[in-house]
Amino acid sequence: MAESPAITAPRDGVLGTVSDVLYRRPTLLLLLLLTPPLLWLGIIYLGSLFALLAQSFFSIDEFSGVIQYRLTLKTYGELLAPANLDIIVRTTLMAGSVTVAAAIVAFPIAYYAARYARGKWKALFYLGVMLPLWSSYLVKVYAWKLILAKEGILNWVFENLHLTWLLDAYLSIPVIGGNSLSVSYSGTFLVFLYVWLPFMVLPMQAALERVPVSYLEASADLGASPLQTFSKVLFPLAMPGVIAGSIFTFSLTLGDYIIPQIVGSSRLFIGQAVYSHQGTAGNIPLAAAFAVVPVIIMGFYLWMAKRQGAFDAL
Amino acid sequence: MKTAVHFEKVSRHFGDVKAVDSVDLTIGEGEFFAMLGPSGSGKTTCLRLIAGFDQPTFGDVSIFGESTNGIPPYRRNVNTVFQDYALFPHLSVADNVAYGLMIRKVAKQERRRVADEALEQVQLAGYGARKPSQLSGGQRQRVALARALVNKPRVLLLDEPLGALDLKLREEMQEELKNLQRTLGITFVFVTHDQGEALSMADRVAVFNEGRIMQVGTPQDVYHRPNSEFVANFVGSSNVLPSELVNELTGKSVPASLRPEAVKIVDEGGFEAEIVDISFLGAATRLSLKIDGMRLHALVDGTKAALEFRQKVRVDWDAEDLHLMYDNNG
Repeated sequence: MAESPAITAPRDGVLGTVSDVLYRRPTLLLLLLLTPPLLWLGIIYLGSLFALLAQSFFSIDEFSGVIQYRLTLKTYGELLAPANLDIIVRTTLMAGSVTVAAAIVAFPIAYYAARYARGKWKALFYLGVMLPLWSSYLVKVYAWKLILAKEGILNWVFENLHLTWLLDAYLSIPVIGGNSLSVSYSGTFLVFLYVWLPFMVLPMQAALERVPVSYLEASADLGASPLQTFSKVLFPLAMPGVIAGSIFTFSLTLGDYIIPQIVGSSRLFIGQAVYSHQGTAGNIPLAAAFAVVPVIIMGFYLWMAKRQGAFDAL
Repeated sequence: MKTAVHFEKVSRHFGDVKAVDSVDLTIGEGEFFAMLGPSGSGKTTCLRLIAGFDQPTFGDVSIFGESTNGIPPYRRNVNTVFQDYALFPHLSVADNVAYGLMIRKVAKQERRRVADEALEQVQLAGYGARKPSQLSGGQRQRVALARALVNKPRVLLLDEPLGALDLKLREEMQEELKNLQRTLGITFVFVTHDQGEALSMADRVAVFNEGRIMQVGTPQDVYHRPNSEFVANFVGSSNVLPSELVNELTGKSVPASLRPEAVKIVDEGGFEAEIVDISFLGAATRLSLKIDGMRLHALVDGTKAALEFRQKVRVDWDAEDLHLMYDNNG
């Protein structure tokens, strides 16, 4: 029997040489792989972010409507005017409540999927959570408008259950109520909750999946009731997932300008303010200043979360 | 001796699989009891039934005379050392140890004192502020032990407690566990697939196979007087001589077990055998012998005359070393 060689001959051609070189110098390979995306991120993404930041330090001449390219904090002063501050507070409150509600709704779903769903049930879970993401966002939002409208299906259900008085009572509550659900903050909230829910469920499920059953058993073994196990073990360990999910729900709500335009009262949210200032009003500096607000809020939010130990389980 | 744990016709079925099949078992107070068996033999399920993580399909497990049917784990005064230790990664070592006390709303200062004491007991004084991830496997094991023991359980359950440790550490921990059990006087029930561990540590051993208990007895009992082929093979890998051969030798038609160390190399008499495998184990040399197409294992003194692969030798054993297995059901 002929012995096979201990070391085979080099591969032919340029590709063979390149493979050998890259195998010997893995950092070179890493560099080659990373350079294009880093350029993309660095120049296109971060660059435009900084351009935006720079814009916010310019101002607009109120009479001529011409942008003055001189560094000033005048635009930020404008941002703090009561009308604009209202927009910021309104958007932040909405984003906060959508996030909290999404976390509450998502937890049982994520827990079930992580702990119990196997095989085809798991596939069904992923399908169920992701399916809404496959269809157009606009279609979903308009569908919700039809559901929530005065002539919509929800009203019809309440009417047939002879519960219209309940809906009316709810709608008469100041702030969250309105003429109908489709023109109230409650409606905006419901649509936000629906549209962003998958972004909360998936990271939560991933975090819960990493919690071994033995931790829960150990907790029960040491005398903890299910509620105690939840608050002392499961929730803290799910926290990184909750934070990851809330980054999505919170920032997506902060920046959205379509949902409150279609479903909701006519009061503006940050996204709409950015949209109208950079569009019809032509006030790019103020639009930029508005766009900086979510960045600051998110930075503050993450800093708080870190201080509270939300990432300890990572 | 009071009864600590009692199994009354306990079965646990998972669909068609009978993980535990009609087990009767009594464990006395203060006993160091081992559940020994291969994986899937039902030993871990039995442990989980005592802890309350699982409920029997039929039968009843009682702890100190009280039925545990439907009682959740958090109401049982029983604590577990988990195979993967299950230390909470988000809590410090001290908080892990004090977890049970925190749940019972013991004051913070008292908690810290007891936790420090427990850590000292397992030779981890000063490690309280660390996270479990900063400890070695052996240290995590001690923390898991301390965490269970601070609750002063009536029964301590240990699920393959030494499985993840390397040999030297394992031997150290075996000794420590035994000492701990002697000083505390708590009933220890531990699950293992390592027969050496079971024999060296336990007061009594239950040998499991396919959801049933094959034999319960002292380590000497199950080692020297196995009641079945399975026990003979599993505990110390005994030779099992078929009943026909035993009939020739003793006139009784039952299978018999023969310990490898009982097989001796003799100058004359006995049986002729060929060495078909030889492995040096340090203190002894393990031989695989072929006699008339039958395989026989022997453990002989390693310092004796050099033995070689394929060498022909004569082997024999004392008649009383042949243990007849009358109630063979394996």
